[in-house]
Amino acid sequence: MDDVDRRLINALQGGFPVCERPYAEAAARLGLGENELIERLRRLLARGVLSRFGPMYRAERLGGAVTLAALRVPAADVERVAAAVNGFPEVAHHYEREHALNLWFVLATETPARVEAVLGEIERRTGYPVYHLPKLEEFYVGLRLRA
Amino acid sequence: MSVDAADRAIIVATQAGLPLVPRPYHMIAARLGLAPEEVMRRIARMQAEGVIRRIGAVPNHYALGYRANGMSVWNVPDARARAAGRRVGAVDFVSHCYLRPRRPPEWPYNLFVMVHGRSRAEVERRVGEIARLLGDDDHGHEVLYSTRILKKTGLRLAAEPQPESTDERGRRPGPGVAGPGSAAVAPDERPGRAGGGRG
Repeated sequence: MDDVDRRLINALQGGFPVCERPYAEAAARLGLGENELIERLRRLLARGVLSRFGPMYRAERLGGAVTLAALRVPAADVERVAAAVNGFPEVAHHYEREHALNLWFVLATETPARVEAVLGEIERRTGYPVYHLPKLEEFYVGLRLRA
Repeated sequence: MSVDAADRAIIVATQAGLPLVPRPYHMIAARLGLAPEEVMRRIARMQAEGVIRRIGAVPNHYALGYRANGMSVWNVPDARARAAGRRVGAVDFVSHCYLRPRRPPEWPYNLFVMVHGRSRAEVERRVGEIARLLGDDDHGHEVLYSTRILKKTGLRLAAEPQPESTDERGRRPGPGVAGPGSAAVAPDERPGRAGGGRG
């Protein structure tokens, strides 16, 4: 990753144009050529520096629901439970964290009704109670990372 | 649902990313049998309505050197929690800030503040800044570091909406989301985008 890549990542985390030649327009703002921008994006994606490039959709605005839940699982049972939880396509993100509540996952469902159904099913399959922590209010979401 | 069938087709066609060609919206339009102007008009509308949070690059935190992902959780008096959330949410290094229910006695925390750093020491410094900002409103806090990413996909819409049939409990069957991939919908991007990695 060189300085141009860094500049590109810092400048393009939002505001990509919606027009006939958006890469050309974005490239011009960065002082690059259209092809160079496209090639750099392709490389950053291939190397995993970028996980994707495009529109970021909000599940809630699509009529769906997003929520956070946690499980308290003994170390010896973590692998089994993690695999069971990951088996649900509605589980969008899943992290192991250092805490007695050690498995934390985000559920993204196409309808709000699916949330309770999936959490109930996860309890049944894992044998552990789910700590459901739906958001009551959002104060800020929108990290812009400095590369 | 604020999106119709054509919007949905556009979402499905772009949720994994925009084509890396000079005229990406035209390519999507050709694939879907829509006019390019209509595709662009609909994408602009979804962005204006907030269905699209933003259009651009989604960096992998870990690849950029943000190796420490700390979910800081705070016990803040209920009556002051919203004001505290707004205050903390305005801090530049805070990526996500949410009010959530407590689950006493095991879980007394109601304010969740995600803090990313290049090291745990950096996260600790930042958590210290939040603690100073909260002052007397901090009735206890912890930082939960991620030690492993077990899954990171994001919501994926199926190509077709799920049928509206229900099971005996009145619930819709089957998942409405499809397979894994990189985060297409950052649901609320909560623990995710940092990449926890080890450490």
